[in-house]
Amino acid sequence: MKPDLSVHIGNLKFRNPILLASGTVGYGNEMSEFIDLNTIGGIVTKSLSLKPRKGNPPQRIVETPAGMLNAIGLQNVGVEEFIREKIPFLEKFDVPLICNIAASTYEEYIECTRILTKEETIKAFEINVSCPNVKEGGLQFGNDVKAVGKITSGVKAVTDKPVIIKLSPNVSYISEFAKVVNEEGGDAVSAINTLVGTSFNINTRKPKIYNVNGGLSGPAIKPIALAKVLEIKQKVDIPVIGIGGIMNWRDVIEFMIVGSSAVQLGTVNFIDPTAAAKIIKGIEDYCLKQGIERISELTGSYII
Amino acid sequence: MFITKVPVKEIIELENHIFIIKLFSPEIASIIQPGEFLNVKVVDSNYPLLRRPFSVCDVEGDLICLMFNILGEGTKRLASRNIGDYIDVLGPLGNGFNLDGNFDIAIIVAGGLGVAPFPYFIKKIKNSKEIFSFIGGKTDKDIITYGMNNITVSTDDGSAGTKGNVVELLELNIKQFESKQIKIFGCGPNVMLRKLKEFSLTHNIDCEVSTECAMACGFGICQGCPIESTHHPEKYLLVCKNGPVFNIKDVVL
Repeated sequence: MKPDLSVHIGNLKFRNPILLASGTVGYGNEMSEFIDLNTIGGIVTKSLSLKPRKGNPPQRIVETPAGMLNAIGLQNVGVEEFIREKIPFLEKFDVPLICNIAASTYEEYIECTRILTKEETIKAFEINVSCPNVKEGGLQFGNDVKAVGKITSGVKAVTDKPVIIKLSPNVSYISEFAKVVNEEGGDAVSAINTLVGTSFNINTRKPKIYNVNGGLSGPAIKPIALAKVLEIKQKVDIPVIGIGGIMNWRDVIEFMIVGSSAVQLGTVNFIDPTAAAKIIKGIEDYCLKQGIERISELTGSYII
Repeated sequence: MFITKVPVKEIIELENHIFIIKLFSPEIASIIQPGEFLNVKVVDSNYPLLRRPFSVCDVEGDLICLMFNILGEGTKRLASRNIGDYIDVLGPLGNGFNLDGNFDIAIIVAGGLGVAPFPYFIKKIKNSKEIFSFIGGKTDKDIITYGMNNITVSTDDGSAGTKGNVVELLELNIKQFESKQIKIFGCGPNVMLRKLKEFSLTHNIDCEVSTECAMACGFGICQGCPIESTHHPEKYLLVCKNGPVFNIKDVVL
């Protein structure tokens, strides 16, 4: 019998736990050339702000051992163009669309959500309070428990759709942030966003990235992400979407065991845009082999 | 666009640590155009993690040839692959050179490894256009002539050809093309491209250049390779998707 791969976050059902992470799937159109989006669990859009953002000048990317640093700077088309130009493409697919919002001020988070919640195609929001690459907003909020609580309750007040808060790993105790999200009515947290890192050219003594610091992603951060998911799972009763260096189906299973209800694929999409399809097949085979009827049984099934 | 594993058929080391790797891929070879590129996963492991972009250097029947030098871990691994090894390639990607259009003479201006896209370019147009190649490098060791024709050389230190940069070399030679329909095709370091832009605007000569930028995906999702647009300063173009070949008037270099 085919295993049931579906999972739930709040009242939202995904056909499988494999979501594509914000900033690694654009607005869907490029990825759709490689993969049937209708087979994916869900898509998280590139971070949107109220107005378009130009992003950082080059160089934006540098490779590091088993990882990469990026400082894109939240380049995006803005809410208005997203609704006008991107939603008509995305609404053709039968895949839950999670809209990621990144703002510079509390008011901007609320305003973006208020406008976007009217769009039927958008099924949930992921609030980015943890981008390390912009001067205002981003980490400034992500490091502040009170600010994260205020943004959570503020966004919840203007939408009926599930609200997921994307947490920063650049804090001492990530579970404190998950706790406040839970208390303020947030439906889930996604963990983790990228880790702050940098890289210098030893000949010029200059940073390789224009922004100096970037966000570290890729398999290099997987053990950290797993530990953060586990910490949240052990301390707070809130669904976790695990993110951080997933490259294959084994990584997904590991993330679910430590407590993830679903996962997001990020950096791997840049290397293999067909990775999601292979991973979905891989987790299905794993369930068959292990006699697991529902993949959701794996969530938090660790034995310590 | 294909994402596929293709076998290595040949690796040649030219002089001065420049390599040509030939990959067997009839499906890509039959559609790729000069100036387009492949994003290559040099090994199947997590180190190096990302693909490496290489513009197509030449096509020989079913073989795609890529030119590279050893710059870091990725190119080191690529150079040490064996014949028969399979390499994961993604492509063709990007927009190549516009070979049609109103010109009788193609002037190639290349700095160092900037010659890479031109052997295939020359192969495609040599029956219909006249071609002149101006090739520059820091020293004679940086001059690559693989697959080029009608070559004039400059070096910064004068160890080969005319002393000076390649755009100065072009300036010295431009008179012979007066009253002819010419178009410049350039590739090389940014400092060269900036000088080339100044030159082509001053002389009012149509010019296309192949640009370079660190990138991850190569097809537009990572947004890692911005290049400033001349006409729309409020948003960046992407080297991978809008380029890598641009009309030199359209980008800020």
